[in-house]
Amino acid sequence: MEIDINRLDLEFQAKIDSGKTIEPKDWMPEKYRKTHIRQISQHAHSEIVGMLPEGNWITRAPSMRRKVTLLAKVQDEGGHGLYLYSACETLGISRDELFEQLHSGKAKYSSIFNYPAVTWADMGAVGWLVDGAAIMNQVMLTRTSFGPYARAMVRICKEESFHQRQGFEIMLSLCNGTAVQKHMAQESLNRWWWPSLMMFGPRDEESTHTEQAIKWKIKLKTNDELRQQFVDQTVPQIELLGLELPDPAIKWNEERGHYDFGAIDWDEFWRVVGGNGPCNRERLSARKEAWEKGAWVREAALAYAEKQESLREAV
Amino acid sequence: MKKEWPVWEVFIRSRSGLDHRHAGSVHAADAKMALENARDVYTRRQEGVSIWVVPSASITASDPEEGGELFEPAKDKVYRHPTFYDLPDELTHM
Repeated sequence: MEIDINRLDLEFQAKIDSGKTIEPKDWMPEKYRKTHIRQISQHAHSEIVGMLPEGNWITRAPSMRRKVTLLAKVQDEGGHGLYLYSACETLGISRDELFEQLHSGKAKYSSIFNYPAVTWADMGAVGWLVDGAAIMNQVMLTRTSFGPYARAMVRICKEESFHQRQGFEIMLSLCNGTAVQKHMAQESLNRWWWPSLMMFGPRDEESTHTEQAIKWKIKLKTNDELRQQFVDQTVPQIELLGLELPDPAIKWNEERGHYDFGAIDWDEFWRVVGGNGPCNRERLSARKEAWEKGAWVREAALAYAEKQESLREAV
Repeated sequence: MKKEWPVWEVFIRSRSGLDHRHAGSVHAADAKMALENARDVYTRRQEGVSIWVVPSASITASDPEEGGELFEPAKDKVYRHPTFYDLPDELTHM
């Protein structure tokens, strides 16, 4: 039996190495299944928790144009959460179990959403930096080995590009505005910069999952590689906006062909991951409240459907 | 744990003249709600002109373990393809 599992494991790895996709009904190692449930659900939870800081600004958007954009973006995030929950459910876990894991704190979501969005400029910085960082990760994941996850990513990436562009446009408008508006943009960049860099996760030497994740093509680049790519891409954009760099250590390194940047405060990272960021409790209680207050709707819809079904059968 | 809304598979015709293609799935209490949810989740950018929803439980799928038996017999039947036949170059429109 053990030999059999070893053989299946080897065949499975060979399949991934040859670039073939793993589909839900295919044989897969239990660890592959569990890792994917963890990662895809974490990704799904991030989408729907990510609706909260922006949803807060819909009624306060400064113009109709900004308001319809923000509504569309938040609606997309709900949709992206649903694509991902569906992909995750193909691995044999139910939607209710996934929500239960979120609400109990067993499952995580991206720590970035535990920071508050306190000014209008934050709607710009979140779209530009947070969605920008997410896209970098997601583009990589379109080539991941698990079929339903990769296909959800293709759809998400197509839709997400406007999220980043609208964020940059908000920043650009503020930077071309009054001194107070430009200051608001700068302050927001300064606040979101470090948490955005933390989105890529711990340093490679401290990342416990990286090696296995690369073997299974859940990751095609390491956390540090993606983080560097993000810095290289974003620094010229900061300059284009005419804002000051949020980190005095940022400097072009000719030899490396990359920007150097300062040290990340990893204590802060672990504090927020551990549940003690500025908004952890608020976000989780908002999700739980929505779930609990929506219970009667879920039950009533099901009762109605069952009643209609029995009426049909009686005819 | 309370009963969940059932899962429906969603198929979308992206424009007239094309087949419906699998887009993903949604949860819904009944068929009407499944259509509405599919509309909201999968056609926010005019991706479709028609939607089918099918209860996932109604789908019978082939077993990947039996892929060989099912699909390999077609492998050596090259004579089912037009390129198998040797015809002179002068022959046109065929």
